[in-house]
Amino acid sequence: MSTLHTVNKSPFATQTLQSCLNHVKDGDTILMIEDGVYGGTVGTTIAVAVAAITGKVAIRVLEGDMAARGINADRLINGVTPVDYAGFVKLAAETDRTQAWL
Amino acid sequence: MSEVKKFLYVNRKAPYGTIYALEALEVVLIGAAFDQDVSLAFLDDGVFQLAKGQNTKGVGIKNFSPTFRALGDYEVTKLYVEKESLDERGLTLDDLLAVTYEDEDDDYEEKPSIRLVSRAEMADLMSTQDVILSF
Amino acid sequence: MAAYEVNGTTVEHDEEGYITNLSEWSKELAEIIAKAEEVDMNEEHWEVVNFLRDYYEEYQIAPAVRVLIKAVKKTMGPEKGSNKYMYELFPYGPAKQACKIAGLPKPTGCI
Repeated sequence: MSTLHTVNKSPFATQTLQSCLNHVKDGDTILMIEDGVYGGTVGTTIAVAVAAITGKVAIRVLEGDMAARGINADRLINGVTPVDYAGFVKLAAETDRTQAWL
Repeated sequence: MSEVKKFLYVNRKAPYGTIYALEALEVVLIGAAFDQDVSLAFLDDGVFQLAKGQNTKGVGIKNFSPTFRALGDYEVTKLYVEKESLDERGLTLDDLLAVTYEDEDDDYEEKPSIRLVSRAEMADLMSTQDVILSF
Repeated sequence: MAAYEVNGTTVEHDEEGYITNLSEWSKELAEIIAKAEEVDMNEEHWEVVNFLRDYYEEYQIAPAVRVLIKAVKKTMGPEKGSNKYMYELFPYGPAKQACKIAGLPKPTGCI
C-alpha cells in the first residue's frame, strides 16, 4: 500500500512541500510538478529536509516542468530523479491512491 | 449495493482568502448522497475553517461556518483536526466550533464530530484511504 | 432578469424561480411563488416552509430532501417526516417547491 503525493507549489511561496514531507509514509512517492519542481533542486533552504527523506520516499520531478524553468538534471538533489509524463501516469497507476498537495 | 469506499476530504486552506474551503464543503454535501465512508481532515491553515465566532458581515461574503454543524444531518461525522496545526496557530480545541452528531446506534446520543489527532495519526489516516480529495 | 411582483415592488428571481436576494422574502411573496408553483398554501405547507427557513437560519444551507425529511421526522414525528407526506404537500418535490417558496436557494446536495 503506497501513496503518490503530488506537490505543485514552490516551497518558497507556501508550506505545501513541508506539509507533504510531514505526512508521507515510508515507501510513498513524491512527484514535484509545476512550481513544485523548485523543491527538488540543490542549495535551497529546504534541500536538506528533502535529501534526508530520499532513503524512505522516492522523489521524482516532472521533466517538462524542469525544462520549462531551465533546471537541468545536474541541479537535482542526490536521489531525486526526473520522470516524464508516461512515468507520471505509471506512478499513478502503480500506487494505491494519489494525494494532491495544493 | 456497491462497495463502500473510504473518502477523505483534505482541507488545508483558510476559509475566505480563496474559494477552496467553500468548494470543499459543497463537494462534501453533494458527495454525502453516495453513502461512502467519509472523513474530513483539517490541517495547516484548514483548521481556521472551524474557528468559532466567524462574522463575515464586514466583508460581504457568506459565513459558511454554521454549515459544518449540519454535517451530522448528512451523516458526515468524522472531522479530524491536526493538533500540531492548531498549536502552530496558537489555537486549541476550545477555539473551534462545537460540531456534533447524533449517534443512531447509541440511542441518538449527541457526540462530538471533531477528533483531535497528532500529525503521525493524520499521516496514518491518509494512508488508509481509497480516495483522497484535496482542497 | 425576471421578477415577482409583491404589493407594487419587484423581487428578482433566477431562471428557475428562486429569489436572488434572500432578504427580500416575505409571507406575501411566499404566497405569490406558491401560486406560480400551483401550490395552495395551508397550515401544513407553512409548517414545512417555516421549518426550512429555521434550518437555513441556523445552518446557512437549504437541506437536501433526505436530510429535510429526517430532520422533520425528528421534530414533527414519523408521519410528517416521510417522503409520502412531503410529496403530497409539494408534488414537484419539497426541495424544488418548498425551498423556492421559503425564499431559499436551491438545496445543496440535490442532484
